[in-house]
Amino acid sequence: MSESPWEIVIGLEVHVQLRTRTKVFASAPWGFGEEPNEQVDPVVLGLPGTLPVVNRVAVEQAILFGLVVEATIPERCAWDRKNYFYPDNPKNYQLTQKDFPVTLGGQVEIELPGPSRNVMGEHKMIRLHHAHLEEDVGKLSHSGSGSLVDYNRAGVPLLEIVTEPDLRSAAEAAAFLNALVTMLTQAGVADCDMEKGQLRCDANVSVRRRGDTQLGTRTETKNLNSISGVRDCIQYEAARQIRELEEGRKITQETRGWNAVNARGYVLRDKEDAHDYRYFPDPDIPTLKIARATVERLQKLVPERPFHRQRRYMEKLGLPYTVTSVLIADKALADWFEAAAAAYPQNPSGIANWVANDLLRDLSAATSAPDAFSEPSVAKVSLVDCRIKPAQLAGLVKITDEGVISKQQAKEVFAEMFRTGQDAGEIVNAKGLRQNSDAGELEKIIQEVIADPAVAKSIAEYRAGNEKAINALKGPIMKRTQGKANPAMIDQLLRKHLG
Amino acid sequence: MSDALHLLSATEIAQRLHAGTLTSRALVEALLIRYRNLNSKVGAFTYLSESDVIAQAEASDERRKQGKTLSSLDGIPVAIKDNIAVKGQPLTCSSKMLAKLISPYDAHVIEALRAAGAIIYGRLNMDEFAMGSSTENSALQKTYNPWDLARIPGGSSGGSAAALAAGFVPLALGSDTGGSIRQPASHCGVVGLKPTYGLISRYGLVAFASSLDQIGPMARSIDDCELLLNALASPDARDMTCFDQGQRTLLPPVAVNQLRIGIPRGILDKGVGQEVAAATRAAIDFYRAQGATIVEVDLPSSDLAVPTYYVVATAEASSNLARYDGVRYGHRSSQATTPVEMMTLSRSEGFGPEVKRRILLGTFVLSAGYADAYYVRALRARSKILSEHLAALEKVDMILTPTVPTPAFKAGEKISDPLQLYLEDIFTIPANLAGLPALSVPCGKSQHLPVGFHLVGAPLSEKKLLAASRVFEASHPYRHQQAPL
Repeated sequence: MSESPWEIVIGLEVHVQLRTRTKVFASAPWGFGEEPNEQVDPVVLGLPGTLPVVNRVAVEQAILFGLVVEATIPERCAWDRKNYFYPDNPKNYQLTQKDFPVTLGGQVEIELPGPSRNVMGEHKMIRLHHAHLEEDVGKLSHSGSGSLVDYNRAGVPLLEIVTEPDLRSAAEAAAFLNALVTMLTQAGVADCDMEKGQLRCDANVSVRRRGDTQLGTRTETKNLNSISGVRDCIQYEAARQIRELEEGRKITQETRGWNAVNARGYVLRDKEDAHDYRYFPDPDIPTLKIARATVERLQKLVPERPFHRQRRYMEKLGLPYTVTSVLIADKALADWFEAAAAAYPQNPSGIANWVANDLLRDLSAATSAPDAFSEPSVAKVSLVDCRIKPAQLAGLVKITDEGVISKQQAKEVFAEMFRTGQDAGEIVNAKGLRQNSDAGELEKIIQEVIADPAVAKSIAEYRAGNEKAINALKGPIMKRTQGKANPAMIDQLLRKHLG
Repeated sequence: MSDALHLLSATEIAQRLHAGTLTSRALVEALLIRYRNLNSKVGAFTYLSESDVIAQAEASDERRKQGKTLSSLDGIPVAIKDNIAVKGQPLTCSSKMLAKLISPYDAHVIEALRAAGAIIYGRLNMDEFAMGSSTENSALQKTYNPWDLARIPGGSSGGSAAALAAGFVPLALGSDTGGSIRQPASHCGVVGLKPTYGLISRYGLVAFASSLDQIGPMARSIDDCELLLNALASPDARDMTCFDQGQRTLLPPVAVNQLRIGIPRGILDKGVGQEVAAATRAAIDFYRAQGATIVEVDLPSSDLAVPTYYVVATAEASSNLARYDGVRYGHRSSQATTPVEMMTLSRSEGFGPEVKRRILLGTFVLSAGYADAYYVRALRARSKILSEHLAALEKVDMILTPTVPTPAFKAGEKISDPLQLYLEDIFTIPANLAGLPALSVPCGKSQHLPVGFHLVGAPLSEKKLLAASRVFEASHPYRHQQAPL
């Protein structure tokens, strides 16, 4: 397949509802699924005489995000009014940060899909332009006889994260959103539940001939509310623009909408109809100084970045890529793994395998459906209710490594641990699973088995050079020890006796 | 008791209530009689619930009986400009747009007054959304000057000033964006203070121009004005521009013979009426005679104040008044077929001509392509005016001018000439642009009409301004001079 002569250039504006108890400028609570107009107060409704008060938690969440993406946190930030009339907008202006946003710059590391699930894909840094705080608006809906408006969402704190035009494909845009969601959720900044509209995205798309240094005319598609929608919309829009240009037409700078049902974009308004938002500094909210002490305090809350963690697991702990990509997707799971590995540092790989495979499988089976935004492989599961504690899993791996139980027995013990929360040792004792490693006792049994004429043929074959023939002797030994014999030890002793 | 109760100052009322020679209920009943007899002539009140104020008075008397009096304001009526929210009462801003709105909450100042035991006493007429200088822009009714019922009381707090001058109440709240407390105070012969921006919470004050608006006390005496100020000025977390506890320490007063008073060079030369100029000169001479030092000060950017104000104030107003669209509350057009049409028609029908004029002006000065030439330049002029005032106030304690160039004009005389009307605020506007405290004090007459002088001080110099004017008041007892009703 030859490379396309066209290069696609994408910038995203991602609107994320921050995790706060109350709204960004009012003390009204917010959440999903309440009756219409329940989560309002005089400030949210913009009643005459009410004033906004900045929610410090929202500002701190925004700063924490900035620290997570290694952005610059400026000395001060300020709010502006964006003026436009629409019934879902209680004041007919939206408070936003036009000139002095809460974070500047920053970057998000993304991983592109590799050649297979087991091979790491290419990594790329996507630069951020800035992120600013603003208020969400209500929701207008049209019924047969009229229009209804619900202001529950009005005033919910939004962080608008604006990228540089660094993305080059729909797949990169999707990878960026996945990485962003992971960072936002792992830092506790936002829940990013796209089904609840907690993350929405505008995509700026342009195309140019490969090698051109000037950007082409861009279009902006508004209000994409799923990662697959972003991917489909970019593919559609890039193809549309390429077709227009190839057929000798020009791209019009315009604002577009996306119909996810028939997977087609449409024009909302062109440049001539662009709003004049008449921005000016909000006189009700003084410029906010961001104390360095606040930044330092929040810096301590920044979790290890997922890809940093992955590299550390691969390089320092020698874990394979596949296992690490499962672990880093869920901070709680990775933290759990690290607690277990700390309790038994001799075999992190063994522990990681248990966590990424058996533990995750059993937890998934035991918990409800995975979150809508996540890929199935990174389904978030609740470790809170997990009965096995990290040190207990470490104990299981340790006794397996020490040969106290076999790997097969370990699976049985794990299942019991998962069910009861007992220590591996307790289960081994209670079930009498302890492996027999008593050399004297085993040698006595081996001598008895060898002496049995029934196995004489196998012994002869083994001595004639048929390695596999030795296995026929192991079954009777296991039978006599009720399966508790240490397999490695049997093998060793058998070879010694058979010379 | 030789004098009529309606002429008592709040300070005198407090003494009588304390002494037990007067009850709040008796006071309120006397005031209600005057209200019933005269409000139809003056038009100060747009709403007053007699049963409500009597109940409040009885509650106050009961507290006093039990020794649980809340403050020296307990039992004393305070009338409220109709742009300050009182729970369960109309909040019309004298606009058709909000004519049927009942406020579901109390403004911070109302909470403060209730905590002090004051009687929240009725709603006062104003220019629509506080835009105007004559109260003629009210969509509800006309208000007339108690000193001459053919004349306007000033505005926009015209109802507040007229209610005081008419003896309807001893205390009133006004709001001041470019002179809306001080200009009507001057025209009606009462005291009006616009405090330092940030001293009094704006929570519950319907916004006209947020960076300029302040609620302030109005009264018939300096002592009363200070009494009311003290009850209003407290921190409020609901207004981010309101000072915290640690930021609100007022500067101490200065003895009159230590006082340095600045007079802007040439202030009385241009456009100031002869008798206004004479009364102002007499006040300056009085202070000089008391030992104050009179110095000329230069405020070269003062000429920019009125145009700067009409850019900044209208820009903010165009955004502040955008919320009145008929969707959630207020006037809703019955003619509309779509949501957007409903918003457009509701606004076209709900707002009066002056409000529309200012919304259009403010929308224009913020528009792409014009904002730099108008709004951004106005902000630069504003900071220049501020720095010039602060520099002048380094050298003097306060700046003295007339409050208004000419006395109250006849009703209808200037209604068709907005530019002429805008000049009413030429002396009062700079204090709003600079966020400085300013006070209008009655100082004489132009023929039969009251005239005030105007003091502007450094931030938080309210006590200085009040103390200086108290000296003047003591020698010029206008406070007992009754408007000839």
